[in-house]
Amino acid sequence: MKQLILGFFIAVLPAFGLAAGGGSVHLDTMEPDHANKESLQRGAALFTNYCMGCHSAEYARYKRVSDDLGIPTELYEENLIFTGAKIGELMKISMRKDLSEGWFGAPPPDLTLESRLRGESWIYSYLRGFYKDDNRPLGVNNVVFDNVGMPHVMVDLQGLCAVEPKIGQEASVDPLSGNINNADVCPEYAIEGSMSAAEFDRAMYDLTNFLSYMGDPVKLERERLGVFVLIFVAIFFVFAYLLNREYWKDVH
Amino acid sequence: MQKLIQWVDERLPVVDAWNNHLAKYYAPKNFNVWYFFGSLAMLVLVNQLVTGIWLTMSYNPSAEGAFSSVEYIMRDVEWGWLLRYLHSTGASAFFVVVYLHMFRGLMYGSYQKPRELIWLFGMLIYLVLMAEAFMGYLLPWGQMSYWGAQVIVNLFGAIPVIGEDLSLWIRGDYLISGITLNRFFALHVVALPIVLLGLVVLHILALHEVGSNNPDGIDIKKNKDENGIPKDGIPFHPYYSVHDLVGVAVFFFIFFIVVFFFPEMGGLFIEKPNFEPANALKTPAHIAPVWYFTPFYAMLRAVTVDLFGLPAKFWGVVVMGGAIAILFVLPWLDRSPVRSMRYKGWLSRIALAIFAISFVILGYLGLVPATAGRTALAQVLTTLYFLYFILMPFYTRMEKTKPVPERVTG
Repeated sequence: MKQLILGFFIAVLPAFGLAAGGGSVHLDTMEPDHANKESLQRGAALFTNYCMGCHSAEYARYKRVSDDLGIPTELYEENLIFTGAKIGELMKISMRKDLSEGWFGAPPPDLTLESRLRGESWIYSYLRGFYKDDNRPLGVNNVVFDNVGMPHVMVDLQGLCAVEPKIGQEASVDPLSGNINNADVCPEYAIEGSMSAAEFDRAMYDLTNFLSYMGDPVKLERERLGVFVLIFVAIFFVFAYLLNREYWKDVH
Repeated sequence: MQKLIQWVDERLPVVDAWNNHLAKYYAPKNFNVWYFFGSLAMLVLVNQLVTGIWLTMSYNPSAEGAFSSVEYIMRDVEWGWLLRYLHSTGASAFFVVVYLHMFRGLMYGSYQKPRELIWLFGMLIYLVLMAEAFMGYLLPWGQMSYWGAQVIVNLFGAIPVIGEDLSLWIRGDYLISGITLNRFFALHVVALPIVLLGLVVLHILALHEVGSNNPDGIDIKKNKDENGIPKDGIPFHPYYSVHDLVGVAVFFFIFFIVVFFFPEMGGLFIEKPNFEPANALKTPAHIAPVWYFTPFYAMLRAVTVDLFGLPAKFWGVVVMGGAIAILFVLPWLDRSPVRSMRYKGWLSRIALAIFAISFVILGYLGLVPATAGRTALAQVLTTLYFLYFILMPFYTRMEKTKPVPERVTG
């Protein structure tokens, strides 16, 4: 038994090196929930309306999204496909990379796998991290991605923060005045948006959740199957163990 | 059925083969948990071959199509995600079981006379496995695939005189390109698997010729009964075949937890930058090989001084190559009269412990960005790694060993 534990310990040792990588910026934590279909549907709408002007999701197909999210095909075709693509096609865009490179400094990246490249917390923080910066060509900067080439696309929803948004900072109550610090991500707006801070946070949660789904569309199904596979292996273990004991009982 | 077997047996010695390698292959009856990893390595090899064949059916080995064909497998191919995760997790699992298998050999002296050839074939398997894993890692054509290959192939450039031409020859281009991808694909799916299978056959034939070692390091063939069967031996089949089934169940349980719930293993089995397509114009901030190469990568980076007019990079390559090469001569470094750690002295035990700990910490250091302190630590550990081998002829002879029993224990 002692050797078994030791063997297992050695087998999992590599897992202790997990801390490798990661940026220096503090992020707001985002826990995706692929089972929340409403959130994913709202996220899909936001993604199509605000992101797909410049960003493709060219490894994913409309049909898969429509099926997985429970959006009826006709509804999806009418409201969420702007390029005239057929429902079975890949989610490509019409913006040409050679042109967009000149406009933004780098072509807007494909976003199918963005959540797996950067992580959900990064995306959630980045989307809420824009602020006014007159030194930048487009007048905005981002606390998570300094000197980013992307404009603040959702300025009509969030508004434009006049100062650096407080990303990765816990809300707390000031013990003397009773005021709440960091209650909102942005304490002061240069341009007002149509959403309240809480509404925008929820919208960005939905959008991040959708991107998380896009990066790993099979996650729910994989984990559901995984449970059955492990139950099967556990039962197999019992029979293998008993068979082994039966054979070996006369040996020692 | 009996007649069919007889018909075949008159033309091909299938019954002999069955008896020699399974039903009448007498293995010591005192195998412990460390003896699961050989058969588990076979299991993982089969997994890699089967899933690999199916992946090849949908994979596109070109610079333009490789990355998207992997996503096509993940999204559009029926069960493609499962095949790919079985293959990617299998690659790491292969190294986990092989490292434990090798550690078992070190612990019980399984490389000692008369098993030197088994050890040599095993080391060749390890070498080919590293080449196989390295070339396979280029195939998804992600950023880490690309830059990892770039760094490793550039290492050959450190060799004086022929270096630059050699790395050019390996790449087939002035930088890693579609040409490199195509040849790595050919080597990964055809050439190296054939070599690997051949070596596995030799490894097992050599093992079955001299017989298995055991945790006591006793030669069980010295004690035979009147029928010429070792008293401490037991037929591999059915005793160890049913025994290994238990090990398979435990292994699968851990393996499938990773496959179904943590396929990236937090970036260890599939590194995050690999979710971005290869881009020759954009170097990632931090390039690290996959975890199973990191001990050697740490040794490579630990060498920081130029010597004899040759750059530190060259000596790093020498140290890295030496770290693998020295394993080959292990059977001739151990001068101990006993095989197993159970009967060796304290010096051997401490040396093995220091060696194993050094290797694991070097593995960690190879994963993280280098700092001055970490480089210094890597230098100390690299020295300890080599001292384990260089001092072995002395401490194995000096130390007082315990008497080895006549028959196997427990």
